[in-house]
Amino acid sequence: MAFYSTNEFKAGLKIMLDGEPCNVLENEYVKPGKGQAFNRVKIRKLISGKVLEKTFKSGDTVEGADVMDLEMAYLYNDGEFWHFMNNTSFEQLAADKAAVGDNAKWLAENDVVILTLWNGAPITVTPPNFVELEIVETDPGVKGDTAGTGGKPATLSTGAVVRVPLFVQQGEVIKVDTRSGEYVSRVQK
Amino acid sequence: MNSLNWQPTASIDNLRRRAQLLADIRRFFAERNVMEVETPALSQATVTDEHLHCFSTEFIGPGAANGKILYLQTSPEYAMKRLLAAGSGAIYQLAKAYRNEEAGRFHNPEFTMLEWYRPGFDHFALMQELDELVQQLLHCGPATQITYQQAFIQHLGLDPLIADLSMLRNAAIQLGHGELAANENDCDTLLQLLFCDGVEPHIGAEAPCFVYDFPASQASLAKLNPEDPRVAQRFELYFKQLELANGFHELDDPTEQKARFERDNQKRIAAGRPPRPIDPYLLAALEAGLPPCAGVAVGVDRLMMLAMDAEQIKDVLSFSVDNA
Repeated sequence: MAFYSTNEFKAGLKIMLDGEPCNVLENEYVKPGKGQAFNRVKIRKLISGKVLEKTFKSGDTVEGADVMDLEMAYLYNDGEFWHFMNNTSFEQLAADKAAVGDNAKWLAENDVVILTLWNGAPITVTPPNFVELEIVETDPGVKGDTAGTGGKPATLSTGAVVRVPLFVQQGEVIKVDTRSGEYVSRVQK
Repeated sequence: MNSLNWQPTASIDNLRRRAQLLADIRRFFAERNVMEVETPALSQATVTDEHLHCFSTEFIGPGAANGKILYLQTSPEYAMKRLLAAGSGAIYQLAKAYRNEEAGRFHNPEFTMLEWYRPGFDHFALMQELDELVQQLLHCGPATQITYQQAFIQHLGLDPLIADLSMLRNAAIQLGHGELAANENDCDTLLQLLFCDGVEPHIGAEAPCFVYDFPASQASLAKLNPEDPRVAQRFELYFKQLELANGFHELDDPTEQKARFERDNQKRIAAGRPPRPIDPYLLAALEAGLPPCAGVAVGVDRLMMLAMDAEQIKDVLSFSVDNA
């Protein structure tokens, strides 16, 4: 495995820290004029999702993490694993609950997602920023309300629950921002 | 080709303000009869400092047919001290300084340094003069002063002059630097880490802050304090989390200076780095006699950053190293 010196640290570099693969977010060079130089590095742990700051002596080296992102299409959930397929090679991979986490509620069949693999095994599943899903259940709204104030909960085909404007009805397809979990718009079928 | 980022990193407006501030600095010294000097950027010897990494190049020409290594100055200090020993009187210089391995939000490997020397001044008198300059340039209040020891006691509850390795490690662990601390055996490295993370963020927020009486182990080219040889007559100036200046009541003892250079080189060798040639001209000048004086080096680009409220050093540089 490759080792990286602090001079190679930049946003996006994947390194190992405390036995966990991490993504470098920021790297700030700190040096007292006459003293030892340090690098204050902001890091996201890829499994726990924790963001932390760590200081290295400049020039120190850290083991790289064998992490890669793959675009794969979501196939189905067998109750224990979520299955994905590479649309070019048709290779399939299964991710467990720990990797999919809360994002399970955004997974619609055939949607292309990002699987992050560490040493070949999925550790996170990132849905597209926007997904289009059908509302399977919501209370009928009050007619004439077009301002979108207040809103009401709507259950989507994947099980996700989002707040939608009162005029949006059961059976409609809506666009949702998966990062915030917020309703964006209705989608013409 | 149009995607190539040829544009200056500073706005033209910032460059105009930069020009004005440079003119203000020159006027400040002209009014005080401090002579502007220029010394070579390239020299045959360089600094031995453990933590300063110099650039070098090769001169080929008359007298150097097979090439001769020349170093780009990390500061104009040695040449200016030779001028002082030759009887220049008070002098200042606005010069480019070059330091390898330094780049970031507050660092550019090539930067502008203001350095000046005052025969007859001690470091306190020079701190006063620097304070006046900074007040004029930044329109800020007068600077406060604190000793290195007091700053540590106040902000970390630790006396840096008596703390041993394990006490320093514990303090670093409390700041969240467990792994770094566990592998570090050098007290000065830990002191510098603690200073960066545990002291600097808490000083100089409202007005500039002088920290003085640095530990003797970080004396550099400063005299030791005759009343307490555990500390050196060295000061630094901090303002809004920026280190602005470093100054000394200048060491004038050639034997002591040579011993410090040699100690530096031993540290370099121990750290697996090549030793540096010791500057014989500086030692000869000290031998001939450096007038008692104090000197200070100021990071001009950082002063500019504060004057212009800039986020990054490149906002005040015509071109940073990224598109130089």
